[in-house]
Amino acid sequence: MRFFARPGKPDAAAQHGPAVPATPPPWRAPASAAPGVRIGTVLDGRLPGGDPATAWDRRRAAYKLVSPLNTKKFTVVVVGTGLAGAGVAAALGELGYQVHAFTYHDSARRAHSVAAQGGINAARARKVDGDSLHRFVVDTVKGGDFRAREAEAYRLAQESVRVIDHMNAIGAPFAREYGGTLATRSFGGVQVSRTYYTRGQTGQQLQIAGAQALQRQVHRGTVALHTRTEMLDLVVDDGVCRGVVARDLATGQVWVQPAHAVVLATGGYGSVYFHSTLAMNSNATAVWRAVRRGASLAHASFVQFHPTALPISSHWQSKTILMSESLRNDGRIWVPARSGDARPPADIPEDERDYYLERKYPSFGNLSPRDISSRAAKEQIDAGHGVGPLRNSVYLDFADAIGRLGREVLEARYGNLFDMYAHATGEDPYSVPMRIAPGAHFTMGGLWTDYDQMTAIAGLFVGGEAGWAYHGANRLGANSLLSACVDGWFTLPFSIPNYLSGQLGSRLPDAGDACVREAYARVRARTDALIGVGGRLAASHFHRELGEIMYADVGVARTAEGLARAIERIRELRGRFWREVAIPGSGAQVNQALERAGRVADFLELAELMAVDALDRQESCGAHFRTEHADAGEARRDDQRWAFASAWSVDGAERPGGAMTFTRHAEPLSYQAVPLATRSYR
Amino acid sequence: MKLTVQVWRQAGPGAPGRFERHVVDGIEPHLSVLELLDALNEQLIDSGAEPVAFESDCREGICGACGVTVDGEAHGREDNVPSCHQRLSGYADGSILRIEPLRAGAFPVVRDLIVDRGALDDLIRAGGHVAVDAGTAPDADALPVGEERAELALDFAACIGCGACVAACPNGAAHLFAGSKLMHLSLLPLPSLERQRRVVAVVDELEELFGPCSNYGECARACPAGIPLTAIAAVNHERLLAGLQRRL
Ligand SMILES: Cc1cc2nc3c(=O)[nH]c(=O)nc-3n(C[C@H](O)[C@H](O)[C@H](O)COP(=O)(O)OP(=O)(O)OC[C@H]3O[C@@H](n4cnc5c(N)ncnc54)[C@H](O)[C@@H]3O)c2cc1C
Ligand code: SF4
Ligand code: FES
Repeated sequence: MRFFARPGKPDAAAQHGPAVPATPPPWRAPASAAPGVRIGTVLDGRLPGGDPATAWDRRRAAYKLVSPLNTKKFTVVVVGTGLAGAGVAAALGELGYQVHAFTYHDSARRAHSVAAQGGINAARARKVDGDSLHRFVVDTVKGGDFRAREAEAYRLAQESVRVIDHMNAIGAPFAREYGGTLATRSFGGVQVSRTYYTRGQTGQQLQIAGAQALQRQVHRGTVALHTRTEMLDLVVDDGVCRGVVARDLATGQVWVQPAHAVVLATGGYGSVYFHSTLAMNSNATAVWRAVRRGASLAHASFVQFHPTALPISSHWQSKTILMSESLRNDGRIWVPARSGDARPPADIPEDERDYYLERKYPSFGNLSPRDISSRAAKEQIDAGHGVGPLRNSVYLDFADAIGRLGREVLEARYGNLFDMYAHATGEDPYSVPMRIAPGAHFTMGGLWTDYDQMTAIAGLFVGGEAGWAYHGANRLGANSLLSACVDGWFTLPFSIPNYLSGQLGSRLPDAGDACVREAYARVRARTDALIGVGGRLAASHFHRELGEIMYADVGVARTAEGLARAIERIRELRGRFWREVAIPGSGAQVNQALERAGRVADFLELAELMAVDALDRQESCGAHFRTEHADAGEARRDDQRWAFASAWSVDGAERPGGAMTFTRHAEPLSYQAVPLATRSYR
Repeated sequence: MKLTVQVWRQAGPGAPGRFERHVVDGIEPHLSVLELLDALNEQLIDSGAEPVAFESDCREGICGACGVTVDGEAHGREDNVPSCHQRLSGYADGSILRIEPLRAGAFPVVRDLIVDRGALDDLIRAGGHVAVDAGTAPDADALPVGEERAELALDFAACIGCGACVAACPNGAAHLFAGSKLMHLSLLPLPSLERQRRVVAVVDELEELFGPCSNYGECARACPAGIPLTAIAAVNHERLLAGLQRRL
């Protein structure tokens, strides 16, 4: 017999009456702090129930198949030829489907996957360093600050094993140990060594391998590759995706490709910030057009800022090139302790320098996670401690390392990077500290999809960075090359046939169908509207100004006040764009001014939603840091109210420059294998 | 600083082309040739004129999308540097730069500075790939590759597919590009199984689409990926080997 309930553990039965198996109250989404936002439905991600570790095996076993005799009866459009797009297009081609692959590049190989440097993670766990499939999942879910789907992290881990085998087989020359086995390194703040790499060119080697596998299918006749062709809209018939409208960028011709299913593998939208580590042509058009047709955008504002990007030093500098994170292993980050101190770095004595990361985060120091490092840098810059001609950067200093290890060691470790820095800036990092600044880098947000990677529009699938489900509020380094490969080679080739199996015998729409005519007319009308503005300013002016707004108020640290201001400024800018943009020339030939203006027009809508999402989410998680939701400067996540994915849809007719209203749908997130826990890097 | 740009304008494939002269002010020496074109284009559009069409994407030397001829040199003055990394610091204030497309018979002009380099992809399509389907690959650790061999494969695999080698070559040959692909794949265990078939397919296409190689070596001087001249030799070497094996 027990007389006392133990302190701190109140007897549940005593407090709440006898334990009856209670049905939990229906889940309710919190109200929005963003004006005008409607609360939508509770979304069902159609995850296999039960143990997330076996979810993928069970789901795959349940998928319906298409007989090899029937695969050629289906047409699938794949937009994008990056790791995700080339993978799914090639894999479906191998299975005998008729694939149409689209890219705006002149060659499939140029997708921005090519620029990834660091490496690709895989849970092969061959070493005795304690890695395992489960540990990969724990790192991914915790790294994402519990805002992603646990079951998808398991799929990522499980399929990662054969991603490495496959990419190796089709031509990626992975780094090897002297004994001939695959080499790995430790990357992105994890304590095991699971990152596979090829020098500093991992993305390039994976991308080339994927693109040549795609070319093999073109050669076999299963894939029709449409280069220099930009997808501008979707054909949607009664909620079902039936094809795409595309513009041939060389001839200006607009045409419709009907399909039984469409995949968007169009990459990230970080270029909404104008200066970013993305490519000049990276854009959000495919994703945003899908949102306009009824898909929803999950976690719109979750963007990773890379702490070691090259700062902008002059007006015409086109981007913030990424400097490898590995530099932080030996470089020390500091700013002048006195705000506004403009002395050259060598003249600032040791005791007048603030090594702020070492000071604030003694256990991780200069290797603190990306979001924390980026935020700390912005704080210093905003407080007037920034360095460089525009006072917008911090120092990354190798003087200590050179003293300790000698110049030769640093040359061997970072020679290429130092050369690249010297080349880009004209400064010698062996004698003058490097300058770095946070740069927009990776979008964790993307089109909301269910576990089968299908959006709210039936038949519209998503792969790679355009999707949302793995990385939560913060992506773990080297997990995104992996997710693009897993989606492309080992997820969509299972889930798309399952969808298509129900479409056997369904007719493809043609020019006689209203859905095709409408989609075509929408694209024509939009092109005409853009050219018809007849203003006097290049689209680049508006894009640059948008980037400034986004960095200032929808960047590494966000406040309610700043976000409200950003929304106003974006709306005003969008209005101005539609009155003042200039697009010389016609739509009937190569017209890069038109291409850019179309992309900027979409950025100007997407940006508003990003600000609304950030204002709406009243917590700090991962890369989304709301100054109001912090304890002593540390992020305060609110699992009681915000442990869900926000998936946004846009209502209202589409009018150039017109107002938009947003609806927030929600998918509650729950965790079985990885208990909810707070990150701490103190 | 202030620079004068003499830039090639051509309305479309087959249309007559001409040089146009523009002055761009407010340029800093650490900017790239392409950033100079960005500045020129903003200036042109703001004044109601059509911008100069040119291609680029990553702006960090890895995608191979960029490629213009500057003062007669493929990519620009500096050897082994892609256009997006060609800095203006070598030009004095007031200099004139002549910018035109990559010139090669196999690369027709699409518009202004954009050329069609699709012939390079034709080579890859003919045989620059590996016949292993998704899911069927053996364990990558069960196929050991010596460290040096893997690094050597990577030296050749580094090609960014920009086409500067073809433009730099007086004959318009693509042997550096083709050879780099043949070597890259011949050095790796699974891809090397198709070595013979691959070289025949790629070389047939190479001879049909591009000029012959006379060992000028201009290609390696322009190549931003530093592909060594041994790649050229590899084309013949691999072909000989394939011929021998066929006879055995
Ligand atoms: C500088 C840099 C370094 C990185 N380093 C790493 C790393 O070390 N490890 C890691 O895991 N991740 C890294 N990442 C992230 C990773 O590279 C990307 O998330 C991933 O490669 C995205 O692949 P993807 O296939 O989704 O898209 P992408 O490779 O970006 O491909 C997008 C494709 O879509 C096409 N496209 C887009 N819109 C349209 C349209 N409307 N019509 C037609 N075609 C369209 C493009 O032409 C392109 O082919 C890095 C990212 C950057 C920017
Ligand atoms: S070999 Fe060199 S120059 Fe030729 S395409 Fe490749 S990277 Fe360009
Ligand atoms: S723009 Fe990518 S290599 Fe120059």
